[in-house]
Formats: sequence, structure tokens, C-alpha cells
Amino acid sequence: MTNILAIQNLRCGYPKFQLSDINFEIPKGSFAGIIGPNGSGKTTLFRAITGILPLKSGQILFSEKSLKAFSLKQRAQNIAIVSQFIEAGDMSVEDYVLMGRIPYHSRFNFFETDEDFAIARKYMELTDTWRFRDQLMSELSGGEQQLAGIARALTQQPELLLLDEPTSHLDITHQVHVLNVLQQLNLETGLSVLMVIHDLNLASEYCDRLILVNQGRIHTQGTPEEVLTFRNIEDVYQTVVVTQNNPLSGKPAVFLASGKVIKEIQKRLSEQ
Amino acid sequence: MQKKYFKWLLCLAGLLALLVASVVLSLSVGEMNLGFMDIFAILRKSHESMEYTILSQIRFPRVLLGIAVGGALSLSGILLQGVYRNPLVEPYTLGISGGASLGVAIAIVFGLHQLIGSFVLPAAGFTGAFLIIFVVYTISARSGRVNIQTMLLTGVMVSFIASSSMMLLMAVTSSENLHGIIFWIMGSLDEPDMSLIILTLVVSLVSLVLSYLFVQPLNALRLGEEKAKHLGVNTDLAIKLLFLMASLLAGICVAVAGVIGFVGLIIPHLMRLLFGTDYRILLISSFLSGSIFLVVSDVIARTIISPNELPIGVITGIAGGIAFLLMISHRSIRSTNRSR
Repeated sequence: MTNILAIQNLRCGYPKFQLSDINFEIPKGSFAGIIGPNGSGKTTLFRAITGILPLKSGQILFSEKSLKAFSLKQRAQNIAIVSQFIEAGDMSVEDYVLMGRIPYHSRFNFFETDEDFAIARKYMELTDTWRFRDQLMSELSGGEQQLAGIARALTQQPELLLLDEPTSHLDITHQVHVLNVLQQLNLETGLSVLMVIHDLNLASEYCDRLILVNQGRIHTQGTPEEVLTFRNIEDVYQTVVVTQNNPLSGKPAVFLASGKVIKEIQKRLSEQ
Repeated sequence: MQKKYFKWLLCLAGLLALLVASVVLSLSVGEMNLGFMDIFAILRKSHESMEYTILSQIRFPRVLLGIAVGGALSLSGILLQGVYRNPLVEPYTLGISGGASLGVAIAIVFGLHQLIGSFVLPAAGFTGAFLIIFVVYTISARSGRVNIQTMLLTGVMVSFIASSSMMLLMAVTSSENLHGIIFWIMGSLDEPDMSLIILTLVVSLVSLVLSYLFVQPLNALRLGEEKAKHLGVNTDLAIKLLFLMASLLAGICVAVAGVIGFVGLIIPHLMRLLFGTDYRILLISSFLSGSIFLVVSDVIARTIISPNELPIGVITGIAGGIAFLLMISHRSIRSTNRSR
């Protein structure tokens, strides 16, 4: 199977923080996740993939072609990005979603076509945001805004969808709803998804491939079973955890305990 | 046709009708009042009557300049607010008026307008505005990229320096020069040189047309620079060119009509309240409303203490300021109601 995204010997970053030796491949149709602690380089990696941050060395291939060869518009037609915070303010939901058609418009296209409206409507219905179409973006809840963000990204009709912590400020209802919509799209249309995600259990449940990043390097990559071991997690997050399989899905699930409980366990162990 | 486009069309027709009405009002009202219907008769009949002279030599040029300057200042404001994503930016925040005023003050103090000719004042104003913009741009641009927040702060600071330097000149110069500087700063649509009026009108109309080439970057920039790039829009070039265009517009307005404040701030705000944030309608509606606002303000300035005339900047400042406060309080009441 061909790779939708391949990163080879990537080095990039800022004067005080560098990503180096980044190598990974995302096969077409994958649902992949980038995990890692705060400050590990997840967002920097994302900015490199989206072309905002220039590369110092290495290359990024999209569908086997160097991303450098893509113009800004071509990138936007192939890769859509949903940011963590959707700041669209006083714009109606429909107008916001229609902005996903900008990559297909020339400078002289002043009006959206009927096709643009139809595509926007299709993805708004799919994400269940069509009912909010006339409301202002600022009037929506965080979860609804995130869904509108996904509808806008899908309206770009990309082959790869990048999401930056799509569930970080949502309750579990909206977390599951947002990820289910993405999963359904991935399964039904073959859309490739790569998301940065903090919640290890959600990452385990939804992703078929995980990349664990730490201190500007890839620590481990592979299936959730390969990556989410207690050794890897304790090593990277410096936190005591237990991993067990989720009884519903069989996927690895990570359990934490409070400092008090950990101390009691340590005390018991030392007494034995 | 989409409902949205139909609404825009209706609003544009309404604004055009208002503009025509304000033009007719401005032509008919003054020291000598002329009936609405008489205007057409006067224009058609004798070309030697006093009424014809008043219309063609005094009122018509003022109306034309009002349309040009009002539209240009308002367009400049909406463009800058789009580029900076900051609704408090107006052409004068960036030091354009400070620079122009300083240029004119220098020309008056050194008597250049008496030595060379009256056209020196607008030329000095324009040069001053552009030098300031050049300084602001150079300080905020590093390795070809402009940090728009730094640019805003630099603009405010440079503006202060220019205003203070002008005050220094005013403090040390003769009272005759002082009067000349103050008269110029207060702003007026009374411009005797018709070719300057035509130039201002042409520049503002051409800029309006050109601004539509940047409507896509402006709309994408509503989401922020980075997200606009994610939508495939090259914002770097658009920001530079739009900034240049807005500066040119404001510079030429200040050079020809003096400092007329608030138009570039209030009108774009009002348009946002009426039409939302889509620049496809905001650009043209801001231009038209700015023209209407200035033409009507000029009528008030000319008539309120007739036969004397108030500086138009006083009217735009007071009327505009009050209207702005009302708009904001109305908005906060509405948002409080909504959040309940």
C-alpha cells in the first residue's frame, strides 16, 4: 500500500528546540495519532508537515511526491488542518465551512458556485452542523465548533486530514462524537487521518497507528499495542501507570493512580 | 440566487440611493439654499448665473472631494483592520496623520508654500505621511517578513514622535504660521485645485477596484495568518500590498483635506455590525458609507453656525464618536441578552 505521508530524516525547529531524526510513514487510509508529553515537539512536527515551519534538513513526501513541489493551494487541496482552537468569531457557520472552498477558487472568483454550496452542505450534514448553519461560530459550544472545523476541513476535500488535539477541551460525549465522525469517514471514504492527541486511551481506541514523541525525537512507533506499554509510558511521561486491555475493545488502556495511592503502594512494598 | 447575495444587492442599492440623496442635499443646502428640483434646472439653464457658479465652483467640488476622501479613509480603515485583525486600527493609528501634519508644519514654518506655490502643502503632507510609513515598515520588517503586531506598536510610537515634533514647531514659530498649521490640521473639504480633487477621486476609486483583488486573502485572514496559509492563501504578499494601498489612500486624503478623524474607524465598524465580516460586501459598503458620512458631515459643518464654517473633523469626531458609543452600548446590551 502506498504511503499518504512519509517523513524522512526530518530536522526542524526553533533556536531553543529542535526536532531531529524524525522518520515515519503513514499508509493511505490510516487513522494515526501523534502522542507525547507537553513540550515534546508534537505541535512543531505538525507545523513542519503543514509547511508553516521551514525544514532544516530531510524531506516530507505526500503520496510519494515531495511536499516542496506543491504550491500553497495544492497543499490546501490535499491536506486539511483542524486547529485546536477555532477562532472564527462573528461569522456564520455556513460561511465558515464555505471557506474550505477557497483553495479551489482563483483570485477573481468572487462568488461561491452551487457546487461549493452543495459540498459544504454535504459535510455539514455529515458532521451534524447543518442545523447550526445560520448561527454565528462564536455562539457554538466548543464541541460544535470543533465539528464545524472538521466540516470546513472536509469541504477542502483533502486526502489527508490533520487535527491538532481535536478533543482536548471537550466533554466525553463530544470527544466520542467528534472521533466517531472521523472514524466513520476514515472507514467509509478511506480518508487518511493524522491527529495530535493527549488522551492516551482515546488514542488507543481510535488510532491504528501511534507515534510517541519525546524531547524532539520519536521514542516509539507502531500499533497501540506496541506503543502503549507501561514501560514506554513511564519512560516518556515520568508517571507510574498500569496498562490493561479494555474489556470492550481489547485495546490497551492506561490507568493512573493519585500520588497518595502510589505512596501507599510504595510503603506496602517496602514493608514486605 | 443565494439569499445572502440578494441581501447584499439590496443593501448596495440602498447605500447608492443614500449617496445620491446626500449629494443632492449637499448641493442644495448652504448659505444660499436651493430647492432640490431647482438644482437640475440651474445646471441645465444659464451657465452665468450666481447659482450656477455656487454649484459648479463651490459645492460640486466639495461633494466630489467628500465622496473621494470619505470613501478612501473608510476603505483604508477596513483594509488595515483586515490586515491587522484588530478593529481599533484606523489609518491614523499608524502615524499617517502625524507624518502628514509634520510635513505640512515644516513646509509652513519654512515658508515653502509662499516660495514655491500652494501645491507644496499637499505634497509636503503626502511626503510626510509616506516617510513615516516607510520608517514604521522598515522597523517592523525583519528578513522580508512583517510582524504586524510590532508594526502597530511602532506606528503608535512613531505617531507620537511626529505629533510631538509638530507641537515643538508650533511652539517656536510665528503666530501667523501657527494659524496656518492649525487651520490645515483641522481638516476641510475646501480645496480650490480641481485637478487635486480629480486625482483623489481617481486614486480612491481605482483602489476600491484593486482592493477586490485581495478579497480572498482578506477573508482568509479573518481566521489568522497561519490558518489562512492552510487554506492556500499567500498572506505575506497580500499584507504588504494592502498596507501600502491603505497608506497611499490615507496619505493622499490627509494631504488634500487635512486630518479628518474617525471616518476610518467608525464606518468599517458600522458596516461590520450591519453586514457581518465578509469583505466582499464590506469593502464596497464601507467606501459608499464613508462617502455618505463625509458629504453629510460637510453639510452640517457648513450650516450649523452659518455663515461661518466648522472644521469638518469636529463634526466627524463628535457625531462619529457619539454614534460609535451608541453602537457599542447597543451591542453590549444585545450580547448580554443573548448570553442569558
